[in-house]
Amino acid sequence: MFSITVFSVLLVVLIGLGLYLKSVPIFDQNSFWQLISSSEWRPGSGQFGFLPFIAGTIAITLIAIVLALPIALLSALFLTEFSKSYLKKWVFTALDILAGIPSVVYGVWGTLFIVPWISEKLAPNFVEYSTGYTVLAGGIVLGVMILPLLISLFVEIFSAVPREFRDAALSLGATKWQTSKFVILRKTFPGILAAVILAVSRAFGETIAVLMVCGNLPMVPHSLFDSCYPLPALIANNYGEMLSVPLYESALMLAAFLLFIVVFIFNASSRAVIYRIERKFK
Amino acid sequence: MKFLYRNPTRASWAEDYSFLNNDLDKSAKEKLEKDKEGLRIKKSYLKVSDLNIYIHKAHILKNVNIEIPDKKITCIIGPSGCGKSTLLKTFNRLIDDTEGIKYEGSILVDDTDIFDKKTEITDIRKKMGLLSQRPCPLPMSIYDNIAFGCKMHGERNRKKLNEIVEEQLKAVGLWEEVKNRLHAPASKLSIGQQQRLCLARGLAVEPEFILADEATSALDPISSKHIEELFVKLKQDYTIILVTHTLRQALRIADHVIFMYLGEVIEAGPADEVFNNPKQELTRKYLEGAFS
Repeated sequence: MFSITVFSVLLVVLIGLGLYLKSVPIFDQNSFWQLISSSEWRPGSGQFGFLPFIAGTIAITLIAIVLALPIALLSALFLTEFSKSYLKKWVFTALDILAGIPSVVYGVWGTLFIVPWISEKLAPNFVEYSTGYTVLAGGIVLGVMILPLLISLFVEIFSAVPREFRDAALSLGATKWQTSKFVILRKTFPGILAAVILAVSRAFGETIAVLMVCGNLPMVPHSLFDSCYPLPALIANNYGEMLSVPLYESALMLAAFLLFIVVFIFNASSRAVIYRIERKFK
Repeated sequence: MKFLYRNPTRASWAEDYSFLNNDLDKSAKEKLEKDKEGLRIKKSYLKVSDLNIYIHKAHILKNVNIEIPDKKITCIIGPSGCGKSTLLKTFNRLIDDTEGIKYEGSILVDDTDIFDKKTEITDIRKKMGLLSQRPCPLPMSIYDNIAFGCKMHGERNRKKLNEIVEEQLKAVGLWEEVKNRLHAPASKLSIGQQQRLCLARGLAVEPEFILADEATSALDPISSKHIEELFVKLKQDYTIILVTHTLRQALRIADHVIFMYLGEVIEAGPADEVFNNPKQELTRKYLEGAFS
């Protein structure tokens, strides 16, 4: 039993190590900094610049968080502070379904509705022409995907605030909204932070749905209506089709390794924050 | 103010309640009366009539009819689970958030029925300062804790807020202890200090009533003595309603006593009468300690 447990822990280390070893060859010709800051992506001529992919990943994640965070915060506050319990039950059922939908379905939904909507209705107001396969589409789809996670995390965090805090603020004549805003949100701020970090690390790794709507052009996006190419999409699209281009495999492995490290760091820091809060509450 | 029961045979340092006998002497009292008339301090008024409360069909309060005397300490006593806290929380309608609550009857506070649809709940709550069992400082600094209520009611003037904070901290005797660290988090204070902070916070919104729900039960003897002293001092300006588990506390500071049992008010009246000459058999038994 113990050895099995150790094995599953070891898997993480092994995966990390494997990715690193596979990506080492690319460092022979390029420095790490050069790889990350260059935006030239021409595998045929041996130029591997990861900047477009990193920028794309960050842009999409950022848009997703910006869109989902206010909605998630307000819905969670509504559910814990204002709504009746039967409504809560219904909403949770709906959220569970939303969380359970396979991500490829989100991708199809994005291509069928969000992409045409952006290309036909939204983009003409801002830019001359856009295919609709954009950073914004990726952000919206990703935002919808992390929404159930964020709401359920927030609801848990808000319900953990002892009733005394609400009573104290309410009995001073504060309204429910004032209580939520100045007491609940302030009290749970570290928890909110941890939840957001967790959602970000989830969003970073999301592949298929984003891949289907964001255009997949290796360029640094300059507006919401440019296409982009996030790291996971790069790996998923090209691994297996890289033929015999030298160092291509190594470059993709580096992409995977980067992703691995970022998600690892985010997960660890969110855990650290949660741990600190729990200790503080005791 | 001497009761038959209040006769500590073992006088320990924590049980020095001599402050209770420091009733203001006559001339000072007359002067105070005059001041009050000059300021036209209005009498606060709280009357409960035919109050029935149900939570999910459980009958929690049955036909409660009481009047709370102005500028006095009223103690609500009774065994646990008899509805004391529910009654207290009904006064400022904190009970509203309880799932499945239903009420009948009326509670008049200064001639407005608090159950009336037109009554603004925040106005009622502003009139009632609540002091809960465990001190619960809001997650902010000492200063902000006290200024919170005022800010919520639209007071933005820094200078005025500073004045209020200083005045209220002085009123609860906390000013000297915290004046150098007003912006430190309130959770850093000791539990006794926190409770006084909570009292000051309640006073800052200028209530007429102070509702205390076993406000000293979580505190050490010295801190609870401190709070009791404050209540006695504050009853000049506020009507204090105190739910308490400890009979000794009620004996020490109550002017008026309400005894409840299983959701009903069994007996209510001046403390002397209830403690020394209870009319009901049940009250007598409870006071004798036959059940608790």
